[in-house]
Amino acid sequence: MRDVRPVQTRGPVLTVRRVDSYHALSVVAPGIAERFRPGQFVTVAVGGERSSMVTARPLHVHDVKSDYGGTVEFVFEATGPGLTWLAERRPRDLLDVVGPLGRPFPLPRDAVNCVLVGGGYGSAPLFSLAHTLRRRGCRVDFVLGAADAGRVFGTLTARRVAETATFTTGDGSLGVRGRVTDVLPQVIVDSRADVLYACGPMPMLRDCTAIAMKYEIPAQVAVEESMACGTGVCMTCVLPVIGDDGVTRMARACTDGPVFRGERIRFDDVGTIPYDALGAPGWKPGPDAAGTARGA
Amino acid sequence: MSTAIGRLELPNPIMTASGCAASGRELARFFDVSKAGAIVTKSVLLRPHAGRPTPRMAETPSGLLNAIGLQGPGVDVFLQRDLPWLLSRGARAVVSIAGGGDEEYAELAIRLSEAPGVGAIEINLSVPNVASRGGRDFACDARAAAAVVNAVRSRARYDVPVLAKLSPDVTDIVAVAHACADAGADGLTMINTPRGMAIDTTTLRPVPAGGPGGLSGPAVRPIAVDCVFRVHEALPELPIVGVGGVTSGLDALELVLAGARAVQVGTAIFADPSAPLRILRELEEALDGHGIDRLSDAVGLAHRPPGTVGVMRLGESRRRVDFDDRH
Repeated sequence: MRDVRPVQTRGPVLTVRRVDSYHALSVVAPGIAERFRPGQFVTVAVGGERSSMVTARPLHVHDVKSDYGGTVEFVFEATGPGLTWLAERRPRDLLDVVGPLGRPFPLPRDAVNCVLVGGGYGSAPLFSLAHTLRRRGCRVDFVLGAADAGRVFGTLTARRVAETATFTTGDGSLGVRGRVTDVLPQVIVDSRADVLYACGPMPMLRDCTAIAMKYEIPAQVAVEESMACGTGVCMTCVLPVIGDDGVTRMARACTDGPVFRGERIRFDDVGTIPYDALGAPGWKPGPDAAGTARGA
Repeated sequence: MSTAIGRLELPNPIMTASGCAASGRELARFFDVSKAGAIVTKSVLLRPHAGRPTPRMAETPSGLLNAIGLQGPGVDVFLQRDLPWLLSRGARAVVSIAGGGDEEYAELAIRLSEAPGVGAIEINLSVPNVASRGGRDFACDARAAAAVVNAVRSRARYDVPVLAKLSPDVTDIVAVAHACADAGADGLTMINTPRGMAIDTTTLRPVPAGGPGGLSGPAVRPIAVDCVFRVHEALPELPIVGVGGVTSGLDALELVLAGARAVQVGTAIFADPSAPLRILRELEEALDGHGIDRLSDAVGLAHRPPGTVGVMRLGESRRRVDFDDRH
């Protein structure tokens, strides 16, 4: 059986490039590249030796390649001191990387039609997914959106890989003025979509899930929660998710996710502890709530 | 590098800190958990606990504020799933416990004593005391802390050491340490996270959500060193487990020199999941560099009076040189 455990590695930076509003950085990390599956993420330690920044930074993996034994490229926006430090790395600088982490996107068994929706740099993890789906004979249609043209990530790749690629921007500087959810119903109909994959901000995932449920297709969504560790120990990245047993648990985005079935996430309760979540204040153990079953 | 905390004998002094290693399984993907001195579990409660709303953390200079709210599945799942797994991997399990009152702590002590393989119990006292006015933490009140220690010590199996984990947020930590020792604690873990708060200047709201969090990371290390130093001075025979912002072997050595017989690694694990074994290696090298073979020779070494010659165990070939200032 193939080894799916994440690895911790120190590797040299290979390339750093600016992609419109974002940065894409590739690092030599053979163990990670070889284990990676679309939807998984990596964390990077920032600030160097004796850094004053103590938490790991979770990053979307854009691509893995087999050159130099295996490289991983991740995409981020240089907001805050940690990611600004990361954006300032130069080739041959060493980076401490951990990955691949989290549950990947589940893949359909058959060659079905897939709509992939990305918001901002949340589209980054969708391209490796698109390639995997295409290899399995699936039809892929992209819907990418952001506030402005510079923040829509991967338009060229989307056009190349997908049957159709639809773009939306808040200011109308690229494609349709509006949100991805404004055009999504039409894309679902036109492409005869069987499944929806999405990654981006929580409100976008909520609206995409609602649309998928309306068209009665499954939604696999990857959440972008803030994390301190990414490995499942710190418990900071939790969100309320309904398990197979119908019980809501505060699930970890890093190890139970980041990919969840959209309809299982209680989007309106994100940021709270729902009163009926397992172990919420006042919660009483019911006959079925053994607490052993895993969320989602 | 072996050490002992009461009856708990450890092959080396480096443990994980409670709340930073879950129950070991996640970290076992990065290092062999049996190679650490012990794995200290996230605090176990009697019942499942959903924890606090998000955001639960904020990064601060050289530190991390967290308010997780003790999320966990409860003692039943712990005994059924997590403890057997830890033991099957050959790890030594120190189980952290938390409750709302003496009875809950006592019941946890009983449940854990019934299960074979618990190496020690660490009492998390930085938990609001339901019975107190305003829900003050047990750790902030020597009498309340002692009552919990007594409840746990009297119910836990005689051969399972009981450690009390103290908070630095007190006027006199030595008084709390004395109270816990008198109540039967076999050792002390110091320090739990001091309270802190950050305010998000974008949302204009406190982070973590809803108010204060516990501060961890290198920012608190001097506080930990001071607490360990003062309590070791007052209670030199009582085993102390030092914890607070340890990121390197030299950081661990600081706590040992202050008086700790073992050292826990917490926040460092977040950015470096295999940190415990790296820190162990670095500590071994640091002791070696000072010519110290046994950890016990370094414990509390910083307490020697000023003017004592640098290295404790001088080689036979070296002679002590005294200088006369009055010439």
